[in-house]
Formats: sequence, structure tokens, C-alpha cells
Amino acid sequence: MLKQTEGSHAIAESVALCRPKVICAYPITPQTHIVEGLGEMVKAGELADCEFINVESEFAALSVAIGSSAAGVRTYTATSSQGLLFMAEAVYNASGLGLPIVMTIGNRAIGAPINIWNDHSDSMSMRDAGWIQLYAETNQEALDLHIQAFRLAEELSCPVMVCMDGFILTHAYERVDVPSQSEVDAFLPPFEPRQVLDPAEPVTIGAMVGPEAFTEVRYLAHHKQMRALERIPALAAEFERRFGRASGGLIRPYRTEGAETIVVALGSVNGTIQEVVDEMREAGVAIGSVAITSFRPFPLAALREALMHAKRVVVLEKCLAVGLGGIVSDGVRKALSGIQLNGYTVVAGLGGRAITRASLKRLFEEAGRDALEAVTFLDLNTDLVAHELDREAGTRRSGPTAEALLKRLGTVSARIG
Amino acid sequence: MEMQTVRFYQTGTFTVGNRLLAPHERSVQAEAQRANALTSGHRACQGCGEALGARYAIDAAMRATGGKIVAVNATGCLEVFSTPYPETSWQIPWIHSLFGNAAAVASGVAAAMRRKGTDDVRVIAQGGDGGTTDIGFGCLSGMFERNDDVLYLCYDNEAYMNTGVQRSSATPPAARTATTPAMGPEPGNVFGTGKNVPLIAVAHQIPYVATASVANLRDLEYKVTRAMEFRGARYVHIHVPCPLGWGSAPADTIKVARAAVESGLFPLFEAVNGEIVSSTKIRRRTPTADYLRLQKRFAHLFQPGGEARLAHIQAIAERNIVKFGLEGTGA
Ligand SMILES: Cc1ncc(C[n+]2csc(CCOP(=O)(O)OP(=O)(O)O)c2C)c(N)n1
Ligand code: SF4
Ligand SMILES: [Mg+2]
Repeated sequence: MLKQTEGSHAIAESVALCRPKVICAYPITPQTHIVEGLGEMVKAGELADCEFINVESEFAALSVAIGSSAAGVRTYTATSSQGLLFMAEAVYNASGLGLPIVMTIGNRAIGAPINIWNDHSDSMSMRDAGWIQLYAETNQEALDLHIQAFRLAEELSCPVMVCMDGFILTHAYERVDVPSQSEVDAFLPPFEPRQVLDPAEPVTIGAMVGPEAFTEVRYLAHHKQMRALERIPALAAEFERRFGRASGGLIRPYRTEGAETIVVALGSVNGTIQEVVDEMREAGVAIGSVAITSFRPFPLAALREALMHAKRVVVLEKCLAVGLGGIVSDGVRKALSGIQLNGYTVVAGLGGRAITRASLKRLFEEAGRDALEAVTFLDLNTDLVAHELDREAGTRRSGPTAEALLKRLGTVSARIG
Repeated sequence: MEMQTVRFYQTGTFTVGNRLLAPHERSVQAEAQRANALTSGHRACQGCGEALGARYAIDAAMRATGGKIVAVNATGCLEVFSTPYPETSWQIPWIHSLFGNAAAVASGVAAAMRRKGTDDVRVIAQGGDGGTTDIGFGCLSGMFERNDDVLYLCYDNEAYMNTGVQRSSATPPAARTATTPAMGPEPGNVFGTGKNVPLIAVAHQIPYVATASVANLRDLEYKVTRAMEFRGARYVHIHVPCPLGWGSAPADTIKVARAAVESGLFPLFEAVNGEIVSSTKIRRRTPTADYLRLQKRFAHLFQPGGEARLAHIQAIAERNIVKFGLEGTGA
């Protein structure tokens, strides 16, 4: 059914269609509307046979989820930013135990300075925690990915994060096609756990493992994700057959035929990138883009295939490996090992800084001239930075940095572009 | 004919002889069909109070539920000594997730049981004092506050034993630990710190709270059994001496535990719905010094200059005796 609705609400509907039995909730912007929506459905009886548990922290949220999943029921939670960090220990634990929990990340920056707006620092911080990570480009895709995520998680006994850009997707009203319950039921069978806490068949879960088997346990976690490299495209194909639209998969190339420049990015910014690609293609520039949907497992082979004929690759990342540069670029470079081409890392959109078409066009043109630095901060206010560095050089007790920058800027509404 | 006097209590121990009791009153551990939920072969130290307490507590819960128990264990000695991969001492479904989240994981298991329509399966969370009163305290309070259907068992050996005897918020004043050395003007743990989690549990007004001790195993079995009669959040805090951490003789575990109870330092009580409803009377008053002397962690108190601190500890016991009504007759 077609609906004009908020992204978060679309996700709540999608999760409800997956018939979870336990949902844990703890508020943090911009994820909150999703669990609020689900809470309402449970209270109203629309989502029957489901426990909605208001917990005291994100650490507890995921811990409750670990318990209910280990007891054999389908379990869901959602968080963002500081919340994901607060549950970090449980994030690793859930995957280490092989529990197929699905969690939405409403992507948001990590403080300090505290910032509620979108970037990918939160989910990127957990990229090696053993969860599958899928990044949605649109609200429709986010909705679809949740249905695929439960199926994938349960097939592999591996937790899945569905990452969607905070505000840009979670709070955007868009038209989405919400499938029917029978369609979802046909795609997503009831949960058959591999391990379950049951007095009829007692098992010990979470034993202490020493050097004699730890490597093997970790290898098997890696092996699971390697299998996911095959299952993710297969599930996307089956999804398309049943639901009539393409969603998910490992990567999504856009106008890459004959492209000399290819831009790689995750999430909603791909929409803007594609518009700029169209505009530049029209002007005769050989440019295309690739959206990475599955960041874990990282699709090395698919990316290599998609990028190997380009002359240059621009990786646009909404995150920063402080002291290094790119996070996504690292993987892209690995995918291209042995292939001679120019690679650029562009850090963009941190803490909600808008990524405009004008800025992207300027950036891609510079890239086309191979005039970019190895690492570029898109739309960096270099005057502001230079002034602060001068100020700090001039006085030992220079005070808090962020506050000094804001003071220098004066009262401005959230800066766009 | 001359009458023979029946000796109900073994001299010095007050232990009730099982053969003198009606079958239904006999100890769970006396039954041939006891669950042995924590079976032999685990790697606890000799005389470990925690291993003893856990065996009695879980077997009592097993009897009370017809064997339908799931246990969630926090990281700590009990977890480590019972499950060195690929061995396990647990004969029940058991999960260890993290150090600080046992109560929350248990809430999740309980929620799942409700949804599966199998809430005759009862959920126990268990952890050491560190996992309960410190790092797991947020999750514990959350579980209490939501009144989730979980029995939480805290095995209180008054320090972080698994990591080598460091101070926790359950470490008593003056106790020497690896992080409260017996040095300086205030040797050992400082006075006036720590928290009383059983009373904090009572303040949550949950259905059932009790303290118990391995000194009184029948009482421990009774309290766990009683706890299983309630639905909702329940808490039993069990005093379990640790020979390694306390510097007591492994053979003295029960003796040490009993001295803690009989001196008034570890009051045994029960609370229902936020009200203390009973306390176990002290049967033979023991001076706190007799308790402290059995443990090397308190050795510095018996050096010259320790008198004031010894008196302070005695005063704490006296206060407990008044506060919890530990004097008088009755069991
Ligand atoms: C987050 C975290 N911090 C610290 C530890 C290290 N650690 C493991 S067990 C333990 C001590 C446990 O003490 P307690 O809960 O009192 O149980 P005991 O071993 O005394 O029975 C500590 C500090 C850990 N596993 N996880
Ligand atoms: S250190 Fe203490 S609690 Fe741990 S096993 Fe030994 S006696 Fe038991
Ligand atoms: Mg302890």
C-alpha cells in the first residue's frame, strides 16, 4: 500500500510486519520516533503478541534483547550515536553469541561536542563488532531492508544493523510502499533459533573460551559474514521477485559504464550524488557512482568489478578516522589492490553539515582534473580553522575549542553549504 | 525405663539433623533426586562459599519449579569456575553474557518466556557482589523497577574475587583488599563507605527481598523456595565467604559465615512488598572480634592501634542488632 509517511513511521510499520516478539526501547534522537511508533502499535493491540519493554539504558536495551533472542524469540531494538556507544559491550556480545537481533541505527554524530545531526560516526565505530551492516539510501529501501534483515539475521544466526541517516531519512516524509502482512509472511518464515534456553534441552551459552578455540570461534564469525556476501544479493533478488522492486544487495552502481570518475558513498547522500552525476553526464563528463549497501560484510569483489575500469575513485564518507582520514576508503583501496588509479577520500557531512549539489559538483570537477588532495574536508571553513589555530598558538589557557569556534561564528542558524 | 534425650541440634553447629524432620521439611540437598544443577568437577577453590551457596540456591529453585529454571550469570568467579570451555558444570539452561547486564538479560529471557507461553519456566539471574552492587547496579535497579519476573541471586563475598580481590561497594570497612591495602593511617577499606543493596532492593518495593548465608543452608533453601512463590522481581543476597580473598581457612567457611551472622554483622531478614517482615534472631551472640580474627584481611585490626577500629566495627554490629531486631527468641 502506498503511503505518505515519516521515515521512522515507515520503519515502525515494517518492523511490525516482521512480527517481533520483544522490542526494547530507550530514547535517543533521531531514532526515537521508530520505537515510539512501535510502542503505540503494541499498546493499541495492532502489534499483537509482542512485549514492548522500556528499559533504563541502551546497555540494558541490547542486554534484554540478548536475553530474549537467546530464549528463542524474534527481537528488535533501535538506537543512535551515544546510545550505540553506551551499548558497545553488548553489541560485541550479541554477535559473539550469534544472536540474530535486528537493530536500526538512526545515524548521528558522536560527541564531544554533542551534536544530534547526521553522520556515520556511530555505526562506523561498531563496524568490526561482528554485526552485518546495511545502509539504506531511501526510506523505501530502509523499510525493505528491515524485512530482509530479519531473514538474513535468522538464516545466519548473526545480528544485523540497518543504518539509515538521521533526520534526512528518519524524519523525512516520503512516499513508501508498505507491503501486506501476507507478502511479508511469505518472505520471512517464523524464527527457528539455532540455540535456545530451554529446560527440556539444557545448554550452556557463553562459556569461557581460551586460546585453544578462540581463533576458530572468531573465524566462524568471519565465515558467516563471507556467506552473507552470497546471501545478501540472493535475498535482494528474491525480494525483488516477490515485492516488485529492487532494494538491498551489496552495492548499487549508477551510470558507471565508461565512467572515468566513480564516486563511492553510503546512505542517503547517494541520491544527491546521482543528481550531480546526471547533470555532469549531460555535460559530457564520464562520471558515475556506486552506493555501498552492505558495509559489513564488505563487498571487495563486487566493488573491484564495479570500479576497476575507472581512472579515479572518489570516496565520499560521512565519517572520519581521526589521524588517518577515511574509513570507507580503506576498504575501497583494498578492493582495488594492484589496480593503478587515483583514489581520493572526501570527508563530508559531519555533524549534519549539508552536502549540496553545488559543493559536490565543484568537488567532482576538481577530482576530474586530479586536483584533489588525498584527503579533503568538504566545505571546510578554513578561515575559522586558521583563526582558531592562531588563537591557540597565542595563549596557553585558550579555553574550550568548540565554544571558541561558535563565538567566532556568531549567532548563525545551522549552517548549510 | 530411663528416657533418652533427643539431641535436636548438633553441638556447636545448630545444624538440624535431617532424619529428625518430616520428609517434606527435609533439605533439598538431602534428597537423592536433588537436581545437582551445579554439578561436581568445577574449578572453585576449596571451601568456596559461592560454589556452596549457588548449589543450594539453584537446587532449591529447581525443586520449587519442577526443574523449570533458566539461569543468567554475570561474569565473575561462579561463571569462570563453572564453565571453562568445553566443560560446564551446569545441568540447566544457562547463559553468560557480560559482567554488568545479568539482570537485563534475565528480563529479556522472562519476556520471551511470556511470549512463548512458557512462563512456567522461571528465570534466575546471578552474580557476585561486584556484578550486582557496582557494575550491574543500573540493570538491577531497572529490572526491579519494572518488576520483571526474575529472581536475582547475589553471591556476596565482599570483593571482586575473580580479578584478584579488589574492593567493591560491598567490601566492609577495614577489610584489606588488593586496592585497599593494610597501610597508612586508615589501613584497609575506609569506614563510612559502601551500600546496602538488600535495603535498596526493599526500597524498590519489589515483592520479595531476603538476605541469607551459607551458615544457615536450610534458611537459604527456604528463602529461595519462598521467592519462587512470588511473581515479579525478587532479590536474595547471600553471604558467601571466600577463603582465598578473606584469608580464612577453607575448612572454616561455614564457621566464618556463622560468626558474621551471630555477631550481627550480616543480619538475616525477609521483606515483602517493601516491608521487612521477619529477621532471624541471633542464637548465640558472638563478638565481632571472633569473626574478624578468623580472616587475614582483618589481621591489621589486631595489631597495636587497631582497638578503635575494632570498637567501631562492634558498634556497627550493635546497630544492626537493634535496627533489624536480631535479639530475642525464635528462629
Ligand atoms: C566490563 C567489565 N569490567 C571488568 C571486568 C573484569 N572482571 C571480571 S570478573 C570481575 C570481578 C567479579 O567480582 P564479583 O562480581 O564480586 O564476583 P566474584 O568473582 O567475587 O564472585 C571483574 C572485575 C569485566 N569482565 N567486564
Ligand atoms: S576466589 Fe573465592 S569466590 Fe572465587 S572460587 Fe576461590 S573461594 Fe570461590
Ligand atoms: Mg565478589
